[in-house]
Amino acid sequence: MQLATPLKKSATIKATPQVDYAAWGLRATALTYLSIMILLPLYVVFTSGLREGIEFFWNAVTQAQAIFALKLTLTTAAIMTLINMLMGTLTAYVIVRYRFWGKVILDAMIDLPFAIPTLVTGLMLVLLYGPQTTLGAFFKDTWDIRIIFSPIGIVLALLFLGFPFVTRSVQPIFEQMDVHQPEASYTLGASSWYTFRRVIFPYIRPAMLTGGLLGFARALGEFGAIVLVAGNIPLKTQTAAVYIYGQVEGGNLPAASAVSVILVSISLLVTLLVEWLQRRNSHA
Amino acid sequence: MPEKSVNSLGGFLLVMVVVGYACLLLIGPIIALINEAFSESIGQIIHSIIQADALEALSLTVVISFFTVIIDGVLGLLVAWVLVRHKFWGRDFFNSLVDIPFVISPVIVGYVMIVLFGRLGWFKFIPIAFTPYAMLLVTVFVTLPFVIREVMPVLASLSNEQEEAAYTLGASRWYSFRRVIFPALRPALMYGLVLSLARSLGEFGAAAVAGGAIQGATENATIYIFRSLHDRNDIGAYSMALLLGIISIVILLLMNILKAKESKGN
Repeated sequence: MQLATPLKKSATIKATPQVDYAAWGLRATALTYLSIMILLPLYVVFTSGLREGIEFFWNAVTQAQAIFALKLTLTTAAIMTLINMLMGTLTAYVIVRYRFWGKVILDAMIDLPFAIPTLVTGLMLVLLYGPQTTLGAFFKDTWDIRIIFSPIGIVLALLFLGFPFVTRSVQPIFEQMDVHQPEASYTLGASSWYTFRRVIFPYIRPAMLTGGLLGFARALGEFGAIVLVAGNIPLKTQTAAVYIYGQVEGGNLPAASAVSVILVSISLLVTLLVEWLQRRNSHA
Repeated sequence: MPEKSVNSLGGFLLVMVVVGYACLLLIGPIIALINEAFSESIGQIIHSIIQADALEALSLTVVISFFTVIIDGVLGLLVAWVLVRHKFWGRDFFNSLVDIPFVISPVIVGYVMIVLFGRLGWFKFIPIAFTPYAMLLVTVFVTLPFVIREVMPVLASLSNEQEEAAYTLGASRWYSFRRVIFPALRPALMYGLVLSLARSLGEFGAAAVAGGAIQGATENATIYIFRSLHDRNDIGAYSMALLLGIISIVILLLMNILKAKESKGN
């Protein structure tokens, strides 16, 4: 990030040093707003999660249902992230590199998941792959695979939501890439696979990773898209967010807050990791 | 990397794989929704949208989105300004705070509202849990990063020359902000606001938990869809989903127009 230079300004414009009340007011307002909106909720999550004592907390998060929900959340998000990193990078490459009919539409469509309500996403997936639909029945009869009300549906919903993250993160990197490097590699006799592995991949890896991790962090808390697709079956398709929802609805706030502590901690760790990666890349 | 036409089998296959994947993932579900909604006549669809409870839910969504966009615009601009232009202790810390709403589960946000403003909450003298005010508050929370993250890089990349020229010519700080800086920020601000709008029109989890999903009081458009599915009012749910879907495609178009404008401006 570039720093503006307010010092220079005050030196050239105001001769007498004085307290800048307007600037102080702006800063105080902004920081108060951020503190109330973000720090306070975080504080609430951690204190109400641990208020009943460590033992209660431990019991609440080691309930079979809670453990299952957390594991399911992590695995579905991880599978989505891997597929997303592969397909998102391919999409970015194709959009930057090739000229073809419909490319503008494809490029525009990638932001669709940001525009469409997540609950509508879930409903659309149920209507496409649900047990009563043609496709759903086909998968059921041919391979005995259920998509809706199973973890596959959860991964599908997350793939839909996560699509923009990797693509939009890698796309500018491909745009900036100097085409001479891979060409030099070809000229020297390297195969396309070798060139990809040794020349292109190291170049795009940081962007792939930050995009993938952002999508992962976003997926951990997803509720709207999952609640219809997964069907809220404990120990089968219940993710952490859906579990917390159920506990809140059932009036069991202490259990909800205990699992929230774990989920929020994981999300915060991933965010910190992304920030660390971004800082390291911008210095490199 | 320069663009080239598809001139090899490998390139052709790559394009086909990507286009096929995107169609399957993004277009397939949309077609399924359109198909299902239009299994009833258009008259039926319109009829179910103009039901009193559907209209009530829609207007709640519109009102909350309206106030969210205004709050996000004003305070987002302010926060972006302070984070870019002011140097102060803890600036990096506050800067990282901004991304947190992206990764906190909406359900947890809603539940925090109950802990804070519920009948037994920390601030029980402000009993706004299970009211539209709580829904507005959580919607502002989940949309908080959009404007800030769009405006900050543009603000940071502005050169000081024009601004300093304005000062030198005797303009006040407010005047030079309004006439010199704000016009440069406008495209990014608009883009951020459109993202906020899209998110607030579709917010479900946080709004449902914080508002309690009370029919006729705190039921927004997405909660209406959820309830209709439970009540076996399928056509009601599909019609509302279709309407929200159409609105989001309009928003998507708007996003692309704004982005094209922004890149032309640079």
